[in-house]
Amino acid sequence: MTSHTAQTVLDECYLETRAKLLEIAAVLDRVDRAEGTPAPLTGGAAARRDQISAAIQILLRDAPDRAELIQQLFSRQYDPQWRSTFGLQVEHAASSNTREN
Amino acid sequence: MDFIDPHIHMVSRTTDDYETLARMGCVAISEPAFWAGFDRGSADGFRDYFEQLTAVEPRRAAQFGIEHHCWLCINAKEAENVSLSREVISMIPEFLDRPGVLGIGEIGLNKNTKNEATIFLEHLDLAVEHDQLILIHTPHLEDKYQGTRMILDMLCDDSRINPDRVLVDHVEEHTIGEVLDRGFWAGMTLYPVTKCTPDRAADMIERFGGERLLANSAGDWGVSKPTAIPDLIFQMRRRGYDEALIRRVVYDNPAEFFAKSGKFVQPVR
Ligand SMILES: [Zn+2]
Repeated sequence: MTSHTAQTVLDECYLETRAKLLEIAAVLDRVDRAEGTPAPLTGGAAARRDQISAAIQILLRDAPDRAELIQQLFSRQYDPQWRSTFGLQVEHAASSNTREN
Repeated sequence: MDFIDPHIHMVSRTTDDYETLARMGCVAISEPAFWAGFDRGSADGFRDYFEQLTAVEPRRAAQFGIEHHCWLCINAKEAENVSLSREVISMIPEFLDRPGVLGIGEIGLNKNTKNEATIFLEHLDLAVEHDQLILIHTPHLEDKYQGTRMILDMLCDDSRINPDRVLVDHVEEHTIGEVLDRGFWAGMTLYPVTKCTPDRAADMIERFGGERLLANSAGDWGVSKPTAIPDLIFQMRRRGYDEALIRRVVYDNPAEFFAKSGKFVQPVR
């Protein structure tokens, strides 16, 4: 689909990626500087900080779908049984394509 | 290159935006019914909105040679109010025969609640009874994956729904595969900050190809860029894509999907 080589892609995105990494580094530094005053991160803020660390770990993986993995990391869980939890019945059930996962 | 923006809320945009879109090659748009930024107090508020979508905006668009189409529903956010939603749903058939109305949308989920799901299912009934196309809003951020899976469950478990007549919008890296695998059309929304960028949209086209894939700006009253599709065209050209593939995503696919309504007006050039 694209005629570009890996090197071309990297060359084109290199400075932009470097800048984005610096942005993230600066944000984390800012959080640290603020943390001591008045109190360390707790509750939801601590969980969000952990999510950011987990996302950075995903960047280091050798995987073709890092963007998808990061999206999953920041997503609420899907419960296949959600309909029974809500008490919503299937009224026009499809015979062929009903699936469970 | 001529393009179609299949999801843009022009009631929230200025006439200057119509002019800019036209200058950049936009020949047709479709405007789904959505949340106005505040909860409307009565069904009559929606009646006026549907009047605006079906009569006022087409005239405003026509000044710039843009074919305007629309979709009708009560959006997922206001669907939390079940009794109001039922009043609005019962009024929609009055408008379905108007020119330019392509179907029911953008229906979907917002916070993935029981009330939202209840009204989503009632919209499916409405669409089936009136043989309408369906345009779907999937939730944002942390709610997107869960909400998209719930929506796909409701669609796939309904034997009356033909996936080829349903467009699932706002897909991202973690939802696009499932939507396309199950035979639905998929729309990528190009928002500058909170959602997908033109670069990431082009990445998804590289991964999934151009079949049943559309791109839209979802321009509305918030921070958004009505000219996001020209940005995507530019990005795809930079990457050396075939003109035919670019045209497929930004023109042929929306035209093919909308034509299934029998009411899409092919732009004349
Ligand atoms: Zn929308």
